[in-house]
Order: sequence, then structure tokens, then C-alpha cells
Amino acid sequence: MSMNNQGRPTGTGTSGFASTSGSALLPNEPLLFEIGDTEHSGVDLPDATITNARLGGFERKTALDLAGLTEPEAMRHYVRLSRLNHSIDSGMYPLGSCTMKHNPRLNEKMARLPGFADIHPLQPVSTVQGALKLMNELSHWLMTLTNTSAVALTPKAGAHGELLGMMAIKAAQDAAGQSHRRIVLVPESAHGTNPATAAFLGYSVKSIPARSDGTVDVQAVKDALSPDVAAIMLTNPNTCGLFEPQVIEIAKAVHDAGAFFYCDGANFNAIMGVVRPGDLGIDAMHINLHKTFSTPHGGGGPGAGPVVLSAALAPFAPVPFVRKGSNGLELVEHEQDQALGRITAFQGQMGMYVRALTYMLSHGGDGLAQAAQDAVLNANYIKARLGQVFSVPFPDYPTMHEALFDDSFLTGTGVTTLDFAKALIDEGFHPMTMYFPLVVHGAMLIEPTESESKQTLDRFCDVMEELALDAKAGNATRFTAAPMKAPRRRLDETRAARSPILKWERPTETLKAAE
Amino acid sequence: MRYLPHSEAERADMLGVIGVPNVDALFSAVPAQALKSFDLGLPAHSPEFLVEAHMRALAGQNHAGSDGPFFVGAGAYRHHVPATVDHLIQRSEWLTAYTPYQPEISQGTLQMLFEFQTQVAKLTGMDVANASLYDGSTGTAEAVLMARRLTKRNKIVLSGGLHPHYRDVVRAYLKDDADLECLSASPEGQGDILDHIDDQTAAIVVQTPDFYGHLRNIKAAADAAHAKGALLIVVITEVVSLGLLEAPGALGADIVVAEGQSIGNALNFGGPYLGLLATRKEFIRQMPGRICGETVDAEGQRGFVLTLSTREQHIRREKATSNICTNSGLCALAFSIHMALLGEAGFTRLARLNHANACKLADALESVPGVEVLNKTFFNEMTIRTPQPAAALIERLARRGILGGVPVSRLEPKDHSVGNLIVLAATELTTDEDIAALSSALAEELA
Repeated sequence: MSMNNQGRPTGTGTSGFASTSGSALLPNEPLLFEIGDTEHSGVDLPDATITNARLGGFERKTALDLAGLTEPEAMRHYVRLSRLNHSIDSGMYPLGSCTMKHNPRLNEKMARLPGFADIHPLQPVSTVQGALKLMNELSHWLMTLTNTSAVALTPKAGAHGELLGMMAIKAAQDAAGQSHRRIVLVPESAHGTNPATAAFLGYSVKSIPARSDGTVDVQAVKDALSPDVAAIMLTNPNTCGLFEPQVIEIAKAVHDAGAFFYCDGANFNAIMGVVRPGDLGIDAMHINLHKTFSTPHGGGGPGAGPVVLSAALAPFAPVPFVRKGSNGLELVEHEQDQALGRITAFQGQMGMYVRALTYMLSHGGDGLAQAAQDAVLNANYIKARLGQVFSVPFPDYPTMHEALFDDSFLTGTGVTTLDFAKALIDEGFHPMTMYFPLVVHGAMLIEPTESESKQTLDRFCDVMEELALDAKAGNATRFTAAPMKAPRRRLDETRAARSPILKWERPTETLKAAE
Repeated sequence: MRYLPHSEAERADMLGVIGVPNVDALFSAVPAQALKSFDLGLPAHSPEFLVEAHMRALAGQNHAGSDGPFFVGAGAYRHHVPATVDHLIQRSEWLTAYTPYQPEISQGTLQMLFEFQTQVAKLTGMDVANASLYDGSTGTAEAVLMARRLTKRNKIVLSGGLHPHYRDVVRAYLKDDADLECLSASPEGQGDILDHIDDQTAAIVVQTPDFYGHLRNIKAAADAAHAKGALLIVVITEVVSLGLLEAPGALGADIVVAEGQSIGNALNFGGPYLGLLATRKEFIRQMPGRICGETVDAEGQRGFVLTLSTREQHIRREKATSNICTNSGLCALAFSIHMALLGEAGFTRLARLNHANACKLADALESVPGVEVLNKTFFNEMTIRTPQPAAALIERLARRGILGGVPVSRLEPKDHSVGNLIVLAATELTTDEDIAALSSALAEELA
């Protein structure tokens, strides 16, 4: 058995483990299981005496085999690992549709107050009046910004919010004897979660083609509407970064046909405080607190996806929700008449509610509108600066919070969109969103958010221009070999999927498996 | 506005480059009647110290766990989180990173997820685990749907010991589904689920320790399910129990779902939490959620990527296994760091400490006149029957500064047989003084 650079026995069950520790700033960090062992621990706990155990003969007999680290070892392992990540605090994420904005640390500090972090979801309601007030305040802000009648706070993420919104629509139609409505209209440019959500609830999905200008044609919607259509799921501003100019007419046509308008609110950052979706005729819309209201992405969650609801859908909101009662605020935890029940245990993402409300209070109504305007200003600035070099598929309208380009400038260069995006890594930027929306061939979607300064935007645009010129000049290797300065070169995703290795195996286990 | 970098001069410069007179021109696609046709009436922006004062005032109106004796459990548990965990998860590179879709610059998150998956697989005794789901309740609903896909059968039976919120979530996910059978509450730990398995059954769902704290016989449930070609889904809301109790994988479980909050994550009034899902190797292509896998880079160095994404919504759209798009990344990180700090030695001691304190609690409650402990078996949680309605009793205890558990009626309002039942938990944070305070307060209230 070999020894690792911590001087502990190392497993050889995984392939290609680098024997060096990397350079000082780009560490190669062994796996936790290659550093730690089952004896070491970073937590001091007394060894309890149990005189009369009540485990009923169900005691563990198989070994846990969990590696432990002392505190200094753990600190170093996770700090070293962290340095292999790009993050919004270290550089720009021009990721379209993802709204990677600054995450204020006041939010984090507030979420850790014991009065928020150390309260139990099932302790008596009389002992958590401050928490219920906070939920009420957040609801007020969300309903005011959207001009809607109700909000369901509990969804755990945007896709969960979509699910809830569509469940509310289904519940409303079932209650109205409209259960035959089995079709959901989804524009081609939609996020993948939209058709997945509709299908999850048993709806069949009917695709609405985009117009050549990137927007949805009200006539195409009218043609697709029928007495069997339950709803349309429309993103506005849409995934091409455009505000749907006919959205009010679309809403009217949908309502006239007895269907509901589900709005995907992933792009609400472009219009918060400037346009109220309720004024456009939406019936339900989820709001990603981790996009629009600055709660951290955390390397892929946790998110939060509250859903605002129109008056028509409000009675179908899930439990729990907060209501004014005779003794202060109360929490309604059980099904009312037609409501759809409960979509998660407890009260949802309280930790995210605290962060989002902290952000809203910091910005104020005026600041949120300014942030939306700055986000749109930044996207249009990128579009203006790069429009000369990169082709703009939909030039007819000003863009909203994101600028969409296509990869036609790469034709004949031997460089793919993916290659181009990977080259951005070597320049210190996260790649933009690629190949989405699907309606544009070789799409490159850039969302700067309001958090980026003009200086950063200029540097980003300079880099983009320089890369484009270099690609056209025939320096394909810079792109096809990229990234070269990242902690890893390009990873073999095919190999990962073809013969999945999804956990670390002790060397002996590997040997046995090979027999 | 401290979060917005532009000066007015810079805004003007940028508008000049764009070639529009003002920012309103950029909103020209918005129908005129919808554009700023309103006064929001929301407060204006505010300095940090004023926002902080407002939030502190709200937080101050809540009774925090550290304010007094605390016995609330029922699916969320108050454990100690080492300072190292919270420090590390607030590092910029963890906190403010995006989903690791660009693996070359996300190896920190990806390696952590690989380690996390390994930890979860070892804990549950299963072959593979995913990179986490929202929480235990939605994870249970996902597991039920996964079992249907795997067996191509529809009938699902939920044990009467399943957390009522989890049952309600499965009900909402399977709305109006005649093939969902929810057995009535079983506070005495009585089990009749084995009689409900037939050759149409896709899966049975059994929680252990169950909602009322009883330990369930997983081996018997697995054997009975498998005899009819059905799957066994095991649900665990207190993951610390796995430090003392046999791994469900070793007893025949097909899918294990757990709430991971107890390790590394604060109570947070119910979220964000952490759904764990583990299963057999042969089922991975029907497993929902993100999965991280090992591979190599162009230079042959070990590296990690998100993999098997052909199951997922962004590739498969309406044919995806689930609409799920995110995991609970930062909560998984907190779990993984805390579990690494514990290691096998620490995790076992933690579990022993929980059980020891629960034994002390049970013995103390047993000695309170009028109180009956319903459990013969438990890990760190138990159910008592009191001579008075439980909800009012818990409220009176709260007024004495003691959070004495959860009245079952709060979760089962329609079931009048549970009106006098309280579910209570002890953890490593429970002291002998806390137990003495609860016992004497209960004795006084019931006198």
C-alpha cells in the first residue's frame, strides 16, 4: 500500500491519482478517505455509558467505515478543495438565465441569528411570532413587486415552485370540473424544467414555435389553444433575453380559452420594481430567491422558489401559510377545502427567507428598480460592445438582462462554441451559457447582472473580442486545448457516464470486485 | 446603494455606447400600460445597521433553542454543529459558486460531492447515493416515483409510522391516485404493513426510527416486500441513528431516503435541509437528482464531473426522471464536513450519547405520575401519553420556558385518538438539568 503526502496509507482504488500535491495555489487534494481513517476524529465527545439500551436487537453489526479528520486536517482539506472552485466572489459569471449576482454577507449574518437559525419548525407558534412576521413581510414584498394576491413560500427551488404552480392550476381546474384539460403549451425557448414539470403531472406538452425575432407569436398561441389546454408556461423576459411584447394579448387569449398563464420567473431580475407581472395577466409565477434576491447558489443549492398566485389560484395554495389570528399570527398547517395539501415538510426555506428579506430591505423598492435597470443596462452594453464581432440573432428589440449571440462567427475556424467558452476560463471568467436557448443554433447567452462594474464589463468585452479575433486568425489550439490554466484540463465525461464510478472504494473492495 | 457599482456618469457613458437617450428606452418592448404605472409603496434603501436592527428585532421575538430546555424533534433535530463547519461553508469559493457544470473550475464542489456520496452510501449500506435532494420529505416522494418506474407497478403503501408531513407530501405528489394506500397512525409501533403487500405493489415505505420513535423491523419488511416482487423504501428522519442501528442496506432495503439535517445543519425553522437518497447499483439510471462521478482529464489526472445527466430535465426535458434541477449543495457540504470531523469514532460516540440521553429522558418521564411512555424501543425519540390534551400542555410548558416536544395532534388534527400524545427527542445537547426541569414541570402541570 502506498502512502500519501499526509503520510497515511492511500487507497489505490481510483484511477490516476496524482502523486504530487500540485503547485501552491492549485492543489491536488487527496480524497477524504485517503487522508483520514476510522480512528481519527475532529470532535470531542464523551463516551456515554448506556446501562439499559432500548435498541431492540437492531444494533449495527456492519462496519461504518467512515473516515475522520482532526480539526486542523479538516480545515486544510476543505480550504484546499475550495481553491479549486470558481465563485462569484472571485470572478464574473456571465451565465445567461442564472443571475449570478453579488451575495451580501449581511444576509449570512442575519440568517445565523439564533432567533432564526436555532428555532424548530414544530415548536409552539406562540414562540415563533418573529419568524411568522418575517414570512409575512417577505410575502408582502413579493406580492407588491408582482401585484398578485397570494404567495406560496414553501417551494424548495425554482423547479419545485414550477411544480407547485402547475399543481395549483390542476387543482383549480379539477375543482371547476375541467379535468379534461390535459395539454400544456410550452414555447421552444423554454427552460428544460418547464416541459419536465408538465410531464411530471401527466400533461402532454405542445411546443409553440418561436418567431424569427425570438418572441412568441400571439397567433401561434391562439392556434394552439383548445378546450383541452390547461395552461401555457411562458418565461418572461424570455430565455432569449427579450421581453415578450405581446404578453398581455397572450394572457388574454389564454384566459379566454379557459386556461391559466404560468410564468417562469427565472428572469424576474430584469424587471423587479419596474414591471409587475400581475399587470401582464399572469396566474402563477415562481421567483428564484437564489437568483433575483441574492441568496447564495452554494455550489448548486439550496435554492428557494416561492410562487405568487393570482386571485383565481389563491384558494389552491398549499399549506402551510401565515394568517392573522386573534392571538397574533398563526400558521395554517392543514388542508383547507380545495387546497392541494403540502409539498414539503415544515415551512420551506426559512434560511433563504431571512437572506432575501435582508436583501430587499437593504435595496429598498427604489434600489430594486435601480438594480433591474442596471442589469438591463449592463446586458445592453455588452450587446452594443460585442455586436460588431458576434452576431446577434434577434436585433429587433433591446435586450433585457441578458445578451444573446450565436456562434456563426466561428464558422470555418475549427473552434466550437464549447471550445470558445472553455477558453474564457483561461482568461479568468466562467464560461457563458452555451447551446441554450435551443431555438438559436450555437447560442451563447450572457447575463452580467447589475453587480458587475463598467470596468469588469469592459475587460470581459475586451477578452471576448480578442478571443474572437484569435479564433478567426486560425489559432484553434488555444481553444481546442482550453482550459490550460485551470485546476484540471478537459474532463472525460463520456468515460464517467459509460462506466460510472460514483463513490470511493477501498482497494481491497476493488480487488474483490475485479475477481 | 452599496451593492450597485455604477456612478451616474458611468451609466451615462454606457447609455451613450448603446446609443439610447435613457434607460427607459431599453424597456421599449414593455407594453406602455405595464411600465412603471404604479407606486410600489415599499420602503427606500437602508443602511446596513438599520436593516440589521430590524432583523434582530424580529429574531428577538422567537424563543431560540438555546433559551431553555428543548425536546422538540419529529423530523428536525437540534444537534451541535462544530464551529469549523460554519466557518468553512461561508468561504466564498463554497458559498458563492454556481452548480458545477464547468468541471474544470468546479473540482472543489465536485470532489466534495463524490466524498459526500461515498459517506451516504457507507452510512446507509447501499451501493450508490446521489448528490442530495431538497429534503427528506420530497426525497420520499421522489423515491416512490422511482419505485414505480423500476417495477412498472403502481401500488404504494405508506406505513402508519411514516412522518405525517412526509405522507402528506407523497399524497400531494400523487394527487388523486387510487393506488396510494396510507395506513393509519400507529403510535404504539404496531405494524400491519406486511398484510398490505400484493403482486401489484411497487413499494412499501417504512420509517425507522418511526415518527413515534419506535424501531421497525426492516429485515422482515424487506423479505415480505421482495416475496411479492415489491421494493422496500426505508425512510430515516434522524440520520444520527445510523451510528448505532444497522444499515438498511444490510437488511435488504432497495431505496433509502433520509433527512440529513441533523449532521452539519441548523434547525432553521424547517429549511434549508438536505435530502439523502441511496439505492442499489442496478437502479442508478432511475435515480432522480444530480450524481457526481469520477473520471480523468486530458492529462490523465483524476477528476470529477456531474454524470448520467441523460436522466435529467435539461437534457431530457419532458422525458426526464424528475423535474428536479438543483440539489442542496451547501447543506451537503455542511453534512460532509461535519461527518468528516466526526469520522466513524466520533459518529458512533455521538449516536451513543443521543441514545444514552434518550434513555435518561424515558426513565424520567416514566416516573412522572400520569405519564405513559409508549416505546419499548427507540433511538433518541419517544412518544408519551398524558392525561390531558397535549397541545395545551405543550403551550403551558412553553410559557415556563420549556419546549417540551410536539403534540401529535398538530400533525394529525383529524385523528382524535392521538390528542393526548407528545413526541419528544433528546440529543447530545440535552442535559440532566433539562430533563429534571421537564419532569418537574410536567408533574406540576399534571398534578
